[in-house]
This record gives sequence, structure tokens and C-alpha cells, in this order.
Amino acid sequence: MEKQNFNIIGTRADGCDEKDKVLGNVVYAEDYIMPDTLYCKVFRSAKASAMIKKLNIDKAKALDGVSCVLTHEDVPNNESAKNVVGQTTEVGLLEAKQRILATDRVRYYGEPIVVVAAETPELARDALELIEIEYEELPGVFDPEEAMKPDAPKIHGDNNVIANWALRKGDVEKAFAESDVVVEAEYRTPRQEHAHMEPESGLAWVDDMGVINIRYSTQVVEHYRDVAAVLGIPESRVRTIGTIIGGGFGGKEDLTVEVFLALCSWNTKRPVKMAFSREEMGFGRQKRHPYVLRYKTGATKDGKLTAMQAELISDSGAYVMLSPWVLLYSTVHSTGPYFIPNVKVDAYSVLTNNIMTSAFRGFGGMQVAFAYESQMDALAIKLNMDPVELRKKNFFKRGDETANFQSIPSEVMLDEAVEKAVEALGPKSEPSGKNMRVGRGFACSWQSYGRMTYLHDTASSWVGLEMDGSAVVRCGIPDLGGGQRESIRAIAAELLGIPLDEVHVISTDSQVTPLAGTVTATRALFMSGNATKLAAENVREVILEKAADMLETAAEDLDIENKMVYSSRQTDKKVELVKVIRRCAAEGISIQSLDTYKAAFTDEIKTNVIKDPVYNDWTFGTQAVEVEVDTETGKVNVLKHVSVQDVGRAINIKRTEGQMEGGAAQGLGFALMEDYLEVDGVPITWNLTEYLVPTSKDIPDSNSIILESRSGKGPFGAKGIGEPSITAAAPAVANAIRDAVGIKVLHLPATPERVFWELQKKHQS
Amino acid sequence: MENQLYELTVYVNDKAVRGKVRAEKTLLDFLREHNFTEVKKGCDNGDCGACTVIMDGLAALSCSTTALQAEGRRVYTVKSLGSWEKLHPLQEAFVKHEAVQCGFCSPGFLMTAKALLDNNPMPSRNEIRDAISGNLCRCTGYVKIVDAIEDAASAIEEVSREA
Repeated sequence: MEKQNFNIIGTRADGCDEKDKVLGNVVYAEDYIMPDTLYCKVFRSAKASAMIKKLNIDKAKALDGVSCVLTHEDVPNNESAKNVVGQTTEVGLLEAKQRILATDRVRYYGEPIVVVAAETPELARDALELIEIEYEELPGVFDPEEAMKPDAPKIHGDNNVIANWALRKGDVEKAFAESDVVVEAEYRTPRQEHAHMEPESGLAWVDDMGVINIRYSTQVVEHYRDVAAVLGIPESRVRTIGTIIGGGFGGKEDLTVEVFLALCSWNTKRPVKMAFSREEMGFGRQKRHPYVLRYKTGATKDGKLTAMQAELISDSGAYVMLSPWVLLYSTVHSTGPYFIPNVKVDAYSVLTNNIMTSAFRGFGGMQVAFAYESQMDALAIKLNMDPVELRKKNFFKRGDETANFQSIPSEVMLDEAVEKAVEALGPKSEPSGKNMRVGRGFACSWQSYGRMTYLHDTASSWVGLEMDGSAVVRCGIPDLGGGQRESIRAIAAELLGIPLDEVHVISTDSQVTPLAGTVTATRALFMSGNATKLAAENVREVILEKAADMLETAAEDLDIENKMVYSSRQTDKKVELVKVIRRCAAEGISIQSLDTYKAAFTDEIKTNVIKDPVYNDWTFGTQAVEVEVDTETGKVNVLKHVSVQDVGRAINIKRTEGQMEGGAAQGLGFALMEDYLEVDGVPITWNLTEYLVPTSKDIPDSNSIILESRSGKGPFGAKGIGEPSITAAAPAVANAIRDAVGIKVLHLPATPERVFWELQKKHQS
Repeated sequence: MENQLYELTVYVNDKAVRGKVRAEKTLLDFLREHNFTEVKKGCDNGDCGACTVIMDGLAALSCSTTALQAEGRRVYTVKSLGSWEKLHPLQEAFVKHEAVQCGFCSPGFLMTAKALLDNNPMPSRNEIRDAISGNLCRCTGYVKIVDAIEDAASAIEEVSREA
């Protein structure tokens, strides 16, 4: 009874909340207020590496209008570290513990030390100024390769290397010796800031049942468990209510404001509100990991890849966070979407006294894509071969084995993607001046969707019909702005044959909606979409069977459309959905269903050499750009951009394009301008005046081409697109700059300054 | 910090809003404290444009304007544009073109676009890109926002031609 013909899925339907968004009606996390609310602010470290010699909060406490001033002594269980698979045993969980509030030592500029709550935001700020602190500076280490040296200052325990993953396949030494060409290079990628428009924010209160409610902007509603652990209270007494998120991109995946809010609210028994300032978002929050990548790639003279060897070093900052997972992701994806018989990869994530790094759209996939796709173009040049042809000879095919010995389970439409991407660039633009050079580049990528399979990911959803034939979906998945609720609304409406606007989706409330997991890892559609599909199919089956009774026909022949159940064989056999619902109600048959979707499950990884499946599936795509380089200033303008992605099946065309365009824009920022800079751990890009993100003048009109292999593991064959949309943008730009002016771009972002000096070097040689 | 409070009246969406503020209070905080939370605080530093309102016919960053500078003046937020029953053509186009993802930047973009079309009814795509270059969007990549403003300009033009 799998539904085949669609009325809603695959259309450009409007979403469930856009109208309220353009009317200014949405109550975002910072907009919510309760009577008697206090305002919370965090006092943070002004040193990157120091002991706290003295901390005096007496004057802050004494200030009129200040309700609480809390230090580590007031935090019942003062840690937020989680056991992350892949952390090296030398440091281990216990020693790399991250505190909610620092005890005697600070390890990065911006580490939280004291949290205050006061009657007004101004008073909270005044209280921070009355806190007295004395530091004794400790030697710091700010370069991950320096931090790997035996005599480097240690951030925690005895070893700064907190994760190490490897790939071993075949014999690279022998293969390089037998290769006709070998290319080698060292690449560097920037520390990218998420720069979502909505700062981390929320409101917490203790209700009349003694439950802490936290209404805030988060990608992970399951953080109620962390809050409960910190406060030492049952998980059932913490309720997290997610809001419509004003952007996140992984930035609202780790803990943000929830623990601070809960601590202050629990202590004062009053509602407490807080929002990070833009500057605090800079120095108080994790970023994308900067990487050093050393790649060596070999091929035969007819363009077959023979071997790849890589060393990956990521700067994890002062705490572990999700660094081991990000590194695992980089390691598995380091080969690119290519079958390579001999692979040797060694990857390290290293603690420093820099700002922490963790999840960011792409999750370790972007850094390696810059390297592996730059390598492919370098090989093409050395072989004097068309870069499209070179790649086509090496793309994975469905069923091929990756370097972690996992079979590719779905279609790989990269031949089509690369052809369409290059073709869609159209005729080459003329340079706009005599110092201008136009060039083109493209890059192909693979990016998994869904969490690592050893995490045993599940998602639940509840679907119920109302007496009038409308429906309610309850599903815990937060809405990140990508239309997560809209996708599950479309799936339920399609399967139940009712109009979109008669389906209401309630999401992201830890005590009201069945838990569906995080809106991360490009898993929302895959997991919560499948869970909603299962639940909606259960309800559909009940309806069709009851209707079959009523119509005296077989349920297999029935479908539902526009609230009418009808037979596809006999046109006279039909009955209104509402009548079937009433019959079910009269007979006491439930027309509600809660179901759970389980992703692929594998065993925990036991060794640092990855030899087993880790992911559910991958999304494959190509991005192509045309750039113009000003040879006098080094400024690079992107003139054209094309993204071609096999999304398996597009649930909503507009939203799929939106992901592709938005991801590409962030990828172009990563390529050309974005880098959160620190000098000895002290930030110098404080806000959006100094940290540049692309504006409407930096991003060209983009052409998004959607391919649909219908071979994915998501609902109706969908794959994920949230993260895959960003991955290939940067190497496409790097390859285009090389095409335009003949310089190698090895260090991102390709700022005017870097491009200018590379041009000077080329000119001199 | 000076603690003196100043009385003021700002005409927000054609209604008088009275308050007492410190001299340094921004128009953004003044508006948000008076429940105009549709005006968004993205950076509080004049960089992102999320707080854009229209003051005396021009787009203004309410985070970089003091409340006292708005004394006696007319300020319009996104709520002045349209209603649930009848969206403004710009709002309609933003929905139709999916120029909205997370929606946090949308009130600012809509006010910048409104000010643009009030002053230049049929802008080119380049003029649109110039006009909105002070508004940051991290979700859409801007393409659909430019599409929406272009489409809204045509729709408004068509209506005025018929009238």
C-alpha cells in the first residue's frame, strides 16, 4: 500500500510558518517574557591560559537589584564533558573535563567563571563590572602542531592529542612507487564562525510542579538531560521547549544558555532570561576546526587513482566537545567520492588554548574536500587531462567499498552532476577590465547524512487524525529554519490525503513531543521524516482497512486524496475520510499512532584504525563557479555559481533549493573571507564589523539543479541536503582561481592579501 | 553612567509610544521593551541590519539610533506592512520565493526593501543587491531575497498601473 502518486511531495508548496515570519509574529527565544523576570549575564575569562588566584564576588552580590551571583561552588555537578568515542585514552574523559563554571584554571579567552542574575540587563552588566579577579598567567599553546610536541604546555593531563583516527587500505608505499604521477601539497583551512543571525537566547522558569522549564533556541532539545545532570535532579524535572531557531548551522548543537538559565532560575525561583551578545557569540562559543592537511595522491598515466596518503591535524581548542567525531568524519571522508585501492590516513585532533571548536555544517567534511578536490585538479594538470574526465574515471559506484570498508548503499550520480554543473555555467564571461582574469572551477563531494551508526540513532513521531479529518503530528525535531516541520507536515498530509493546512505539527518540546533526536548531522528529514512516515502509514492502514469494509473492496485498491477514500479500480467506490473516521470512533478503533524509526546500528568502534561501516549513506554532488580575479588587488569575485546535488527525492523543491543556495553561500564565505582570528588566544575579530560574512554583493545568482535518484534511506528515497550543500564550494573556488591566474590556493580563505602575494611570487619566479 | 531619565514620545506604526529613557538607550531596546519584538537584535553594532526600521521614510538601524533621536518622529516596523488577511506585496513575494528560512533577518530585510521600493519603484537586480548589502542573511544565500524584491516591485507597479 506504499503511496506512489504524490500531490504535495515534490511541489513548491509554501511552508507552515513563513507567513508569520514575514508578518513579524514569531516569538523567538529572546522575545518571550514572563512577569518578574531576571536577566542573566556571564563573567568570562580575559586570559587564554591562567590560574585564578583570587575571585571576589562580594561587591557584585551587594549591588542593589542583583539576585544571584554564582561561582563553581554553587554548581552541584560542575561538568559538561561527555564520553565521546574516539577520545584518546592518554587524556581520557576525566582529565579533559569541561566545567560549567571554571574552578581554579582558565584554558581559553572567554571561559565562563561567574554567572549573575539581576532585575535588569543593565544591572546584570554593572554586577559583572564589580567582580574582582586576579590571574596568574600560564604558558599557553596556540598552534596544534606545537601542541603535539612533547615539551608543549599541557592543556589537560599529559597529552594534548585528544583524538586519533586512521585509515589503512592496501600498500601506499608500493602504489606510489608504481604510480606514473604523484602530487603532494599542504593545505590550511580557517576557523569559521557560525554567525547565525539569532544569538543564543532563552528564558527559564520553575513551574508550580517544581519542574524547570527552559524555552530557548536549541538544535538539541535532549539537553534537558545535561541540565538535570548538572543540577543533580531527575531528568523528568527538566523540560526543554525549543523555539523557532533563528539559524544555528551546528552552533546551537552543544550547550549554550540552558545551564546558566537553569542555575539562576533554580537558585532564585524566578524566571530568568538571557541572550548572548554578538561579541560573546564570538569569544564564548565554539567554531569550525581549523585544519592542516598534508596530502599525497598518485595516479596512472591514464588517470586511475592508485594511492592516497594524508595527515590531518585539527585544532580542537581548549576542550574536547565534538572534536573526535568531527575528526572521524574527516578521516572517513578524506578520500573524496573516489575509489582508491591504497589509502593511508592519520588524523589528530589537538588541544590548544584557542577558542573551542565543534560542530559546524559540514562537520569535518569541508576541510578534507578542499584538499582532495585541489589534489584532483593538480593531478589533472600534471596528467594534462580534462579534470571532468579524470574524476569520471574514479568516482565511486553503488556497491563500491570505501576506505573504511563500507559498501556505498545508494546511487552515485556524480557523472550526471559534474556534467550538468559545468554545462550550466554557460558561455564564459568577458573580463570586466584589463587587470581582470576570469576562471572556472568545480569540485565534487560526498557527505554522509544521519549520525554515525554506532550511536544507534532513533527518532519517534506521533500522528493522529481529528474527527473532522484534520491531523496533528507530534515530533520532537527542532525547526532550524530549513523547514524541518514543513517536511513532516508534507509527509503526513500526503499519506493521509488531506490538505497541508489541515495538518498541524507540534515539535521540539521534551515533555510533549516524542523525542526525535537532534536537528544536526543532516538527519532531520531522514530520521524524523521516516518516523512520521511510519506513524502516518499506520494511521493510513487503519483508515484504508475500515474503508475497505465499508466499500466492500480490498484495502490494497484504495487511496486517499482530498479527504476522500477511493478505489483506483472502481470509480464508484468512494467514501469521505470523515465518515471512515466516525466509523472508527464508533467502533473504538484508534486513529492515532506513535512509531519509532531506527537507523542502521553498528558496534562501537574499538580501534583507532577505522575498518567498519560508520555511516548510513551519503549524498553526492558537484559545485561549479566562475570567478574574476583582480590581478592588481588580489580580490576574487564569484560571477556564477552552480550546485548540482542528488537529493534522492526533493520533499519540497523551494526548500531544497534554499538549502543548496544557503549552504553554498556559507561555503563561499569559507573560501574567500571568513576566519575567526586570534593572537595568542585573544580574539581580534570581535564582531561582524571585523569577522566578515558574505553579503548580497558577494554571492552571485546561483543555479541549483536537483537530481533525484530516489535511492536514499530517507522517506520516499530522499537523501539529506543540509550539510552536503556546503562541502564543495571552497575547492571549486580554489580551482577557479588557479584556472584564472595560475596560482595554487593552499590556504583558505583566499583573501585579496593572500591572492596578491601568491601573484607576486608567481610573477617573480 | 548618567542616570538622568528623559521623557519622550515616538510614533511607532502610527501610534504614540511614550517612555522615560537614559540618554544612551537605543531605539532598538526602546522598541523591544515596548513589545515591538518584531524588531530583531542580531548584533547591536550596526553590522547585520536585523533591527532595520523605517524612520521618516528612510531605512534606519534602530541599534545605531538612540531612542531620543527618534523623539517625535514616525517609526515603522514590519508590523506596519500587511496583515494575516492581506500581506504586503513584499511579504507575499518573500513567502512565494522562499526568501525566508529561519526568518530572523526577514523583518529587517522587508523594511530595507520597503524603503528601497518607496524611493526607487523598479530597481535593477544590482540596485537591489546594493540596497540590501547592509542586511545579513546566513540561511538563503540572498538569491531568493533578490528574486522576491524584484517580483514585489513588478506586482506593486502592476497594481499602481491598473489604479
